[in-house]
Amino acid sequence: MSEIDEKLRTELQRQGIWVTSMQELYNWGRKNSIWPLQFGLACCAIEMIATAASRYDIARFGGEVFRPSPRQADLMIVAGTVTKKMAPQIVRLYNQMADPKYVIAMGACAISGGPFKQGYNVLKGIDRYIPVDVYIPGCPPRPEALLHAFMELQRKIDGQKLTGTDKAEFLKPEQLSEFPVPKFGEHDLEPPANRDVFQPPKLERV
Amino acid sequence: MSATVQTLEAMERPPVTMTSRLEGELLEVSMGPQHPSTHGVFRMNVALEGEIVRKLKPVFGYLHRNHEQIGEHTTYLGSMPYTDRLDYFCSMTNNWAYALSVEKLAAIEVPERAQYLRVILAELTRLQNHASLLGFLLSDMGAWGTPLMYAFREREKILDLFESLSGARMMCDYMRFGGCRVDASDEWLAAAKKIVDRFPKFLDEFGELILGNEIVIARTQNVGRLSADLAVSAGITGPMLRACGVNYDVRKVDGYGFYPRFKFRIPLGEHGDTYDRLMMRALEMRESVEILKQALALIQPGPILNSKVKIRAFRPPVGEAYGRIEAPKGELGFYLISDGGPNPYRYRVRPPSFINLTILEDMCLGHVVADVMVILGSVDIVMGEVDR
Amino acid sequence: MELLEQIKARIESSVPGAKTDIVPNGTPSQQHSLLIDNAHALAVAHFLRDDPTLRLDFCSNVTGVDWLDRVVKKTIKIKTVVDGFEKEVDQTTEEKIPGYLEAVYHLYSMAHKHGPVIIRMRTEGRAKCAPLPSLTPVWRSAEFQEREIFDLYGIRFDGHPDLRRILMWDEFEDYPMRKDYVQPDDFEWEPTPHDEVLARAKQHYTARPELDGAEKITSHSDVATPDK
Repeated sequence: MSEIDEKLRTELQRQGIWVTSMQELYNWGRKNSIWPLQFGLACCAIEMIATAASRYDIARFGGEVFRPSPRQADLMIVAGTVTKKMAPQIVRLYNQMADPKYVIAMGACAISGGPFKQGYNVLKGIDRYIPVDVYIPGCPPRPEALLHAFMELQRKIDGQKLTGTDKAEFLKPEQLSEFPVPKFGEHDLEPPANRDVFQPPKLERV
Repeated sequence: MSATVQTLEAMERPPVTMTSRLEGELLEVSMGPQHPSTHGVFRMNVALEGEIVRKLKPVFGYLHRNHEQIGEHTTYLGSMPYTDRLDYFCSMTNNWAYALSVEKLAAIEVPERAQYLRVILAELTRLQNHASLLGFLLSDMGAWGTPLMYAFREREKILDLFESLSGARMMCDYMRFGGCRVDASDEWLAAAKKIVDRFPKFLDEFGELILGNEIVIARTQNVGRLSADLAVSAGITGPMLRACGVNYDVRKVDGYGFYPRFKFRIPLGEHGDTYDRLMMRALEMRESVEILKQALALIQPGPILNSKVKIRAFRPPVGEAYGRIEAPKGELGFYLISDGGPNPYRYRVRPPSFINLTILEDMCLGHVVADVMVILGSVDIVMGEVDR
Repeated sequence: MELLEQIKARIESSVPGAKTDIVPNGTPSQQHSLLIDNAHALAVAHFLRDDPTLRLDFCSNVTGVDWLDRVVKKTIKIKTVVDGFEKEVDQTTEEKIPGYLEAVYHLYSMAHKHGPVIIRMRTEGRAKCAPLPSLTPVWRSAEFQEREIFDLYGIRFDGHPDLRRILMWDEFEDYPMRKDYVQPDDFEWEPTPHDEVLARAKQHYTARPELDGAEKITSHSDVATPDK
């Protein structure tokens, strides 16, 4: 399945012949029918609902089918503060989703703990336990920002290769699709971060 | 199926008489924290006999983000944006409750225009909160989408007003000790008036859509009854208390802000069931529209911030104060202890939706499991406030 | 509504053996409170709820407060004779108050629409699970709020129907709202560390004196702060 020459394809299109590759067709279908998990955590979830509601209408991007079950969902929008009490359930939900699966960290809290970073029960970013594809800053991000993240994700899906050495991660058999669920400890979650996924940023000074 | 049309009376069935075929056998179900109808990350451990709820234990803490401890570590003003994120539907009323408590603590006067602005914004908040709640409640009953779309269409209009005034849709951070942060222009007031004038039309349309709907009546009447005595003892406040027929509204009792200047009525229920709770919201919106009309007519130009208040390096005297307002969910209070320092020694939020959940089990026992969602929906909880 | 002194007098006459103290509040809010003794707390609470003129049937807010050991300095002016002249001299006395945990109840009346009457109870010391009587049998609204105090402050409410952790998980052992609680150190890079965060950041910081010269992390708090 090789790439089609771009010039040849536009030439053919001009004459009414639509040529595509398996990969493009497959990605085109995937990117326009992303089903998010219907799952809100905090304030950002309200903006997520607003994105799905009348004015912003995520249906224009094929993402309106919010699924309450992780088995049917492609995308997890981590919308809101992840607390330490909630983190194991989120990892479990992520593990229950079928591959290929994507994660949007919506809002400052899901990225790093945000304004609640100093809290004893607040996880300092969901990327401590699961990989994140798109981060959107904001507290909460506007619906337009979520739509932007959605389009970024579509772009990412569109660029994923099905074959070859640089094929998408989820197609590699050795790639993990389940991550260890943290346990409730006496003082903190155990472990406090999954070191295979998360490398803390180094303190850098200029 | 018989073709005879049932009367509404015949449809009122007392659910306790329903018998289960699995008598004595209990099935434990954990509903939540990921559940489409728990309004966030709320969890209930339910013991079911067949479909009937025999035991229900709420589990909290999935959104416990340490609001109170963070409040003790930041300055008085620094907590103001955090209050936005308590009940994230109603940032304006949260701001007001906190500002009111600090104003009590330090005896701060609020200028007249700021008082009017506060009333206007609080009532607009009540409108959008109640409209969204009715939409969510219908979603819980299975009317996916449509009522919520109607409600969010109206909500967006009010959020536009908030945004043009404060710069943020949801997290307004608008009030300050002794007033408000920015002044509303004449154009803003005109735009608000336009939205308020059109709101009753939406209420008519929305009421027609849901309040007379036979399915809604069948799902809500006689479901989750709450007696007035239990409600008072359990500290239930807000529309939920008034649905039981108890006339207690902090706007009337305390008369905070400029509420004594307005003419408005307090809707009261009779049965204390889910339908009454639903109706309370619908009727309160009408009264809010009345308050808004009066406030928008009475507001006069003037200062919006008490100029004597120190914004920076604000240190109230040693002591404590408890201030409360009637938030859309119920009585929202802030309890502050000052040790004379720049940040409060103790910062406590009295969360109405948390305390309103105290009697959730009492309301749900004997009902089928599908009713639990409707009853929970009618309590009107927001997890940011329940768990803080 | 009656004055707090009148309520205090009526409690002491109606509940035999009950001892109450008025805790004054110096702020303009003028919300003084009643400190009630733990042994008679339940009887006093019943009296406050059922007394026909008070009828405090609505317990609005229940909360815990942690008071560490503290030293209160009092300055009194004393007239003494110095060198034959009478002079006013400041004399400072220090009073050590051992730490305790406190539960505060804000009571209102829905029947008579008055309030608040604030009552407080204090534990003996700040031990783990220091006991206090539960007022949930009197006001149901205290049920979850007392559980929350148990969870975050570690006050054990005797007589509570279902005393478990409510916000934190069951395996958790600390009482995070206590003033001496230390958080687990899950530090990561922050652009503007200050105060405790700066202290924690320094622990994670390896010195590079050959590059930086002086060993220092600058932060906004090191720069001049006009507020403070």
